[in-house]
Amino acid sequence: MLIQSAIRIGAIALATLLLPAQVSGRNNEAEYTEMRREMVSDLKRYTRRFGDESGSPTLSDDVWASLETVPRHHFVPANEQDYAYENRPLPIGYGQTISQPYIVALMTDLARADKDDVVLEIGTGSGYQAAVFSRIARHVYTMEIVEPLAEAAEERLRKLGYTNITTRSGDGYYGWPEHAPYDVILVTAASTSIPPPLITQLKPGGRMVIPVGEVFFTQQLLLLEKDAEGKVTTQHILPVRFVPLTGEH
Amino acid sequence: MATISGEWPHGGPDRIGPPTGGLYPGIGLISAAALGYEILLMRLFSIAHWQHFAYIIISLALLGYGVSGTLITLVRERTAMRPVVWLSANALLFGMTLLPGYVLAMRVPFNGLEIVWNLDQIGWLALLYSLLAIPFLCAANCVGGALAIYPAHAPRVYGWDLAGAGMGVIAVVAAMVWFPPQWALKGVAIAGIAAGAYLWRPWRPGIGATGVVLCVGISLVPGMWLSPVVSEFKSLPRTLNIKGANIGFESFSPWGMLTAVENPEIPFRHAPGMSLATVNEPPAQVAVFTDGDGMTTITRYDGSREPLRHLEQLPSSLPYALLDKPDVLVLGAGGGTDVLQALFYDARHVDAVELNPRMSELVRYGYREFSGRIYERPDVKVHIAEARAFLRENERRYDLIQIALLDSFGSSSSGTRALDENYLYTVEAFQDYLWHLNDHGIVAVTRWLKLPQRDSLKLIATARAALEETGASFPESHLAVIRGWQTVTLLISRRPWLTSDLERIRHFADTRRFDLAWLPGMRAEEANRYNRISRPTLHDNARALLEGNAESLLGAYKFDISPSTDDRPYFSNFFRWRLLPELLELREQGALVLLDSGYLVLVAALAQAIPLAIVLILLPLLLLHRRQRSGVENVRTGLYFLLLGLAFMFIEMAYLQRFVMYTGHPVFAAASVLGSFLVFAGLGSVTASRLHAATAELGISAIVPVASVIALLGLIDAAVLPWLFTIGMSAPFGIKLLIGVLAVSPLAFAMGMPFPLGMIRLAEVSPDFIPWAWGINGCASVLGTLAAPLLAIHLGFNTVIVVAAALYMAAALVPWGRFQNGPAVHPTS
Repeated sequence: MLIQSAIRIGAIALATLLLPAQVSGRNNEAEYTEMRREMVSDLKRYTRRFGDESGSPTLSDDVWASLETVPRHHFVPANEQDYAYENRPLPIGYGQTISQPYIVALMTDLARADKDDVVLEIGTGSGYQAAVFSRIARHVYTMEIVEPLAEAAEERLRKLGYTNITTRSGDGYYGWPEHAPYDVILVTAASTSIPPPLITQLKPGGRMVIPVGEVFFTQQLLLLEKDAEGKVTTQHILPVRFVPLTGEH
Repeated sequence: MATISGEWPHGGPDRIGPPTGGLYPGIGLISAAALGYEILLMRLFSIAHWQHFAYIIISLALLGYGVSGTLITLVRERTAMRPVVWLSANALLFGMTLLPGYVLAMRVPFNGLEIVWNLDQIGWLALLYSLLAIPFLCAANCVGGALAIYPAHAPRVYGWDLAGAGMGVIAVVAAMVWFPPQWALKGVAIAGIAAGAYLWRPWRPGIGATGVVLCVGISLVPGMWLSPVVSEFKSLPRTLNIKGANIGFESFSPWGMLTAVENPEIPFRHAPGMSLATVNEPPAQVAVFTDGDGMTTITRYDGSREPLRHLEQLPSSLPYALLDKPDVLVLGAGGGTDVLQALFYDARHVDAVELNPRMSELVRYGYREFSGRIYERPDVKVHIAEARAFLRENERRYDLIQIALLDSFGSSSSGTRALDENYLYTVEAFQDYLWHLNDHGIVAVTRWLKLPQRDSLKLIATARAALEETGASFPESHLAVIRGWQTVTLLISRRPWLTSDLERIRHFADTRRFDLAWLPGMRAEEANRYNRISRPTLHDNARALLEGNAESLLGAYKFDISPSTDDRPYFSNFFRWRLLPELLELREQGALVLLDSGYLVLVAALAQAIPLAIVLILLPLLLLHRRQRSGVENVRTGLYFLLLGLAFMFIEMAYLQRFVMYTGHPVFAAASVLGSFLVFAGLGSVTASRLHAATAELGISAIVPVASVIALLGLIDAAVLPWLFTIGMSAPFGIKLLIGVLAVSPLAFAMGMPFPLGMIRLAEVSPDFIPWAWGINGCASVLGTLAAPLLAIHLGFNTVIVVAAALYMAAALVPWGRFQNGPAVHPTS
């Protein structure tokens, strides 16, 4: 009897292990477009009061337009595509994640890029954030330290027709001096220090945005601003509208 | 005395006959293997996932013991017909299912970090612990089966079960010193097979041959199949994905899996919180990971100062701006970064305390030239010890006690450390530090900056409480706090700051663009200039804690920032229930990451365990319905065994916690506490059996005095142990351990008695219910393991012991055992 039970448990385990692969990737492009629209509509609601923190009343229309255009489902693995338009981070392999769309929207807005700006991104991941920036900025240079991720992102962005994004595999510590200075630098790769060469490659008046936290856990956004004299200040921005003291205090 | 055979089917044990001589050692061996398996799973799953997930997975897998109660009840009659087959087969199955279950469980794609986003993970979690529970079920079937088949011998069976388990813990911890845990896992499986073969009586050569074949098969399983599959989201695998990264060194030990990663192409540049005003680049480093996470680095050092200029730009260098050629104590030396910093600042002498001997060996031998032989210098002395134990054993005073950033930013920010007991950041710890300072000495603590602020505020609250305890009239005048873009550094001075000190601190912060968060007499506009945080700033809160109404802030703050103590050493737990509704409402903004998930995961595990336990407790009752015991009697009997199980685990867990600091390491604590508790409780159980046999009167009536003794010893220990530990702390390790073991032995001995006394009575009145009671005990152990830390987080470990004493007394006062053959033996009659 015990052996029969063991076999049964094994069969259930095997079926459960295989289950996620069977239920993914069943939507067509039109459905994804609709899901994307709904996602942006939800995100607008969540960010309504974020302006108090970032200093801008709402997120820019360019950000929303970009998020509504970039097909996030092409930037996640096939077995995660059904969750592509849920507001959550998703694994993309190699221990990396694609950020929660809400955080992508906030970071893009904080960078305040415009159509003449050149952006450097350290940590390409699947290329989604670069794709979002490419709809707003003139050119995006993006570097990824994990070679297979860099190659996959390059191929993906090329296939999807993003012509103003240049990818490169390599160490982001020294930035990409050939195209410096940059109006915006985004450091999405976790780091325990902000590399001095990146600050050097940021234009006076430029902005650097760094999500601080770990995979699945963006705790805060760090906005680094470089003034005309080259001095830097940072601002910690909590993506959550949360006050740690009770009202009566 | 009542006869025992009355309730047995088919003639009962009289027909089965007494147990063979092989029963007890066989039970001891299978129990040793089962507990060894538990310890190894804890180690291996701490490597694969994170420690608190490992704790929860294994706790829930132990429900296999609860399931066995139901199963034995179901097949009891057939079991009694063929006792040898049942006992032997289950032990063999333990050995045979252990490795396949483990290999499959390691490959379940459970990702604990994703649990706040993706509830599917709960399904994977359930699959994971179900797979791991199967061997526990088999072992429990074996021991529980023996209790059911030979009820008159239950105390001896239980005694051997406990003593065997205790020996298993000690053997496995010792084995892990020399062998990787996955190898020890094979040993545990082989022990299970050996127990199965041994239990088969009369012994036949065929059984021996089968056992040998199985053992050979197990020993031939490729080691790589058993290697822990480290979560791809831990730091180590992510680092190894980087081009050029390779493992330079790897070792397994009870202190953890240590992995050194080198990367000549893309070097590491670990410099936590380094000033944004610098252009200095750290020299090449080797990254060292413990259990695939918690990175520390070994920095290349060729004896020249210039390449180390970046050290001046770290917030942790602040105390060196105030001290000239100091005597330094580094707590948590790791790869030696803080030692190097002290040498950079011309420290006269550095005592470096490191918990993991393999870490020190790595720097000393593995990267000897690379590290510039820093651990071999005459002005550096490395001590392998737990930080608090080191301080208690030494009387030397220092100019600076530097407490490094010991946890990785990842584990800190993800809340995975919320359940870790941490004795470095308690009020008592800070008092110890202050005692070990020279008159002008400084304690420096650096932590990651968390927003909303919680670490930093708890640190300030704890420092203030410690200063008050040491008699400082104005604690605020002994403290300084600076904040960078990523870290917070707190300085505690033994004497109030001098004006010249304050000027130097200001200068240090300004030149590196760090912010002042607290300095006596600082103006509000001096705070929050370079690294801005929206209100309320750290300075506002620090001022409230140090100059305002601290109690009001501690009460009003939504996170728990009250000082951490040795009794409640959960520095990284900030959870308060009032947070939950608000953060749930904000979950779409990612607010759940602020929950410090460790606590909630523990609650979730308990929420899963309670209904499962209820089912496992009620199910056998349905099967036993025909036995016509009254419902009230069932409730009372069940309550007795449930309370005993909970109380036993509560005391065991509380002692485990106490021994961490005393023995200097959680591994030694586990080996000494679990080992001695189980062995002495086993002896207590066997003694109860002998007394019962000798007097024929000792039965459930003895439970009240026994429980009273347990409660009394528990409460005496709570008061006396700290004093005893202070005396034993400075003794050589062997003597120290002996003092500890002897201190717990009377209590453990007494704790071994109530369960077999209950079993004796149950055998007299309703032997059919023995498996049920065994199952309840198994469920209670799981509930106790999960509930004890929750209770300790809120009320402290002393309260856990008091609650356990109360539970023992409550169990003793439950009136049960009046039915069936024997006379009513009410405990109070």
